[in-house]
Amino acid sequence: MASTRSTTARAFEYAPAPESRSIVDIAPSYGLFVGGEFVDGHGKSFKTISPSSEEVLAEIAEADEADVDLAVKAARRAHSRVWGRMPGKERAKYLFRIARIIQERGRELAVLESIDNGKPIKETRDVDVPIAAAHFFYYAGWADKLEYSGYGTESLGVAGQVIPWNFPLLMLSWKIAPALAAGNTVVLKPAETTPLTALLFAEICQQADLPPGVVNIITGAGDTGRALVSHPDVDKVAFTGSTEVGRAIAKAVAGTDKRVTLELGGKAANIVFDDAPLDQAVEGIVNGIFFNQGHVCCAGSRLLVQESVADEVLARLKRRMATLRLGDPLDKNTDVGAINSAEQLAKIRELSEIGEQEGAERWSAPCELPDHGFWFPPTVFTGVTQAHRIAREEIFGPVLSVLTFRTPAEAIEKANNTPYGLSAGVWTDKGSRILKMANALRAGVVWANTFNKFDPTSPFGGYKESGYGREGGRHGLAAYLKGGHA
Amino acid sequence: MTASESSLRRFLHGLPGVDQVGAEQRAASLGTRSIKTTAKAFAIDLAISMVDLTTLEGQDTHGKVRALSAKAIRPDPADPTCPSAAAVCVYPDMVATAKDALGSSGVHVASVATAFPSGRAAMDVKLADTRDAVAAGADEIDMVIDRGAFLSGHYLEVFEEIVAVREACSRTDGQAAHLKVIFETGELQTYDNVRRVSWLAMMAGAHFIKTSTGKVQPAATPPVTMVMLEAVRDYREQTGQMVGVKPAGGIRTSKDAIKYLVMVNEVAGTDWLDPDWFRFGASTLLNDLLMQRTKLATGRYSGPDYFTLD
Repeated sequence: MASTRSTTARAFEYAPAPESRSIVDIAPSYGLFVGGEFVDGHGKSFKTISPSSEEVLAEIAEADEADVDLAVKAARRAHSRVWGRMPGKERAKYLFRIARIIQERGRELAVLESIDNGKPIKETRDVDVPIAAAHFFYYAGWADKLEYSGYGTESLGVAGQVIPWNFPLLMLSWKIAPALAAGNTVVLKPAETTPLTALLFAEICQQADLPPGVVNIITGAGDTGRALVSHPDVDKVAFTGSTEVGRAIAKAVAGTDKRVTLELGGKAANIVFDDAPLDQAVEGIVNGIFFNQGHVCCAGSRLLVQESVADEVLARLKRRMATLRLGDPLDKNTDVGAINSAEQLAKIRELSEIGEQEGAERWSAPCELPDHGFWFPPTVFTGVTQAHRIAREEIFGPVLSVLTFRTPAEAIEKANNTPYGLSAGVWTDKGSRILKMANALRAGVVWANTFNKFDPTSPFGGYKESGYGREGGRHGLAAYLKGGHA
Repeated sequence: MTASESSLRRFLHGLPGVDQVGAEQRAASLGTRSIKTTAKAFAIDLAISMVDLTTLEGQDTHGKVRALSAKAIRPDPADPTCPSAAAVCVYPDMVATAKDALGSSGVHVASVATAFPSGRAAMDVKLADTRDAVAAGADEIDMVIDRGAFLSGHYLEVFEEIVAVREACSRTDGQAAHLKVIFETGELQTYDNVRRVSWLAMMAGAHFIKTSTGKVQPAATPPVTMVMLEAVRDYREQTGQMVGVKPAGGIRTSKDAIKYLVMVNEVAGTDWLDPDWFRFGASTLLNDLLMQRTKLATGRYSGPDYFTLD
């Protein structure tokens, strides 16, 4: 402002701010957690690596059919002898204890998750771990109040649970907390690329003195999962993952009396109307698709923006994307971490190339990608239409497809025109429009002027190819009680 | 759009709304940035150079203002590499004293005006208040808007008042004092109001927009400042003209100041990381910045007795 001043604006470079790894202690090899103890598997072993550096972290036992059988037997025994008979208020004590230990060891869990999964420490610290603890706290509260659930108080028995790699600890808590609160015992298989926090959770179960066999963690890939869900003594199958695998599971359990809940893929529409609070909408778009590198089944991967504000929204979005910091997941200032695996990176690249071939225009935030590990820059495709594959198929990466609409009716039509139906977002200043859209959108969750918000009290689940059954809230108990209808 | 009350109202109410929850979340998430080592040293020096060292009390004396001016020129007498503050901010009757004490140091004299802090006086009184301060040598005028007029929807009245005060900032030598417009966002309360008043003030010719007088709680908050930073960013995009931002009141620690600088960096952009375009209105912040600066340089914390009380 004044001519006497000579200071000129300089770039404000953030120095590295890495969270220390010293809090975690990764063993060179891990066995299976069966009957309250770590045991060697009968199968081969596999390696888990850090996706941000490709560093080998540990050797993990691969459970074969015999191992799965032992784990199911341990769970059955624990159910019939201890856990299934225990009064709810006693079960609650264990769940509260687990919740508190998750909080106490929160930093350790956050660092380990970040290393094994590739997601930023900012997210594991502020989202994954606190919400995982919140799930245990919430369902601990239900354990002695099941008679008010509407689904009776009788547990199903043994639950076989298979979870994905995108939120390893959080999905574990979504699965285990309601199952245990309702009196079931579980055999859980974490994804093969992200087993470490589940194995640390096994240690937490020991620390909490949870009776042996109530929680069993078996590691492995597709074959292990298949053996678990098709085991004849499993009463209930809960799966979160791809629609393809979900379909195979539905086939495998067809004709049995197993109960099933599936939480599968999505291609959520994030709908921005011309009267939306634009700066917050841009934040919501960013959070909707770049949170967790877009490895989110309910990600807002289709932006539907009203044509009258499309140019302005896109300009603001690109400017905002240029400030995203991609890099070392353990750096506290990292916004976008590593893609979880080489396989997933290949899939994201393939679909992005198809997007370009089909004529959509690609723009990526200007950021340097590290030399090692699996990385993909935050990317936007404009000029996308319903006919493009990138508007229909789940990319499961940091890739946003932008479509436009003219009227609310067209927005609803396009948003619902997908085989999926997990989530949707609506951005408008008009309250009545929010209610109308929420009624019209066929999605399990509709967020209004926000996106990717999770809370243990709120049910979550999909329509159509996004699966069936609900997790979270009172509804989440239906899947684990005999009186539930799921 | 400033031709009539109704066209001005249409324009201001046509600006995109601000979602309270979303804005507060975004401001909070920017507050989690971890600024360490070299970045921290950079930010602390920058923050020191952006401080408008302020005393606005009934008990102010010429002695107090001289002491404050000395502090603004050399915040840390033990370390000549420490930058000067941006300005000393006083009441109009203290401007001449401050001007004299600051001399050719490059540190500006800012004066509040227009019946600070309430703004409740007749228009000619407010203009006379402004002219007095300018005549006494103020480089910058921090005016308050008429919040009553704004809240009752008389936007054109507020607009015309700012235009008139800006005219009163002219000096006889053809130069003019720069005008900071204080909104007292604690009284306007909603973020929608903050966005509207920001545009209103910028269109009326404000060089700087400023959150608060420091006399009303809450004073500056991160989300309010963020909404103002978005406004100056958007205003430059549309008009090519750059306007500065000054949060004032309630910023007491280096940690707070650094959070604001992160916000400037990521919301408005690096162009605003300059005392010409961003200021802190504060009285106690400076000593905390100095203590943190010494801690970074020496690796040791020293007590408050090692820093001057102004």
